[in-house]
Amino acid sequence: MAMNIKDIESLIKKNIPDAEIIIEDLAGDNNHFSAEIKSKEFNGKTRLEQHKMIYNSLSEELKEDLHALSIKTIEKK
Amino acid sequence: MTLTIQNIEEAKEVIKKNNVVLFMKGTKDMPGCGFSAHVVQILNNLNISYVDIDILNDNNFKENMKKFTNWPTFPQLYVKGEFVGGCDIVKEMFETGELLELFNTKGIDVKT
Repeated sequence: MAMNIKDIESLIKKNIPDAEIIIEDLAGDNNHFSAEIKSKEFNGKTRLEQHKMIYNSLSEELKEDLHALSIKTIEKK
Repeated sequence: MTLTIQNIEEAKEVIKKNNVVLFMKGTKDMPGCGFSAHVVQILNNLNISYVDIDILNDNNFKENMKKFTNWPTFPQLYVKGEFVGGCDIVKEMFETGELLELFNTKGIDVKT
């Protein structure tokens, strides 16, 4: 099932309101995405915790598609 | 070394008894997914000796493993009994040198 960039963005924002999100459709096939997410919420957390925050924002709706989403988290100073 | 296991109890044993364990799609000799292949490539690049387990063999085990690690995707890398991360995290740690540092700190042989 294909993911929608707008869906991913709004789900992350719902959980992490200050998130600055850049999502790229890697292959142009609406199926493989990379997401770069910047937020103050990440500060002081391990990378594992940061990625779990993203997964937790998405998991209900997009669980089966998550393998095709590459995530990079950045702390906002 | 490629192992075939089907339940979480076995997985816990393997994680406990081996320094580096990779739960992946396919095997290290024949990865079934680009993300798994990438982590295999990184571990091979560091000449790490590790156990790989193909989670595609058994769908129940795959789902249970997601719950056990509390992580929704594969690959999943364990080092000295601890979950390190999936492809994105391992890749980032490799690029920043943190992965090498982790292996060094944990006393795991890296042949560079």
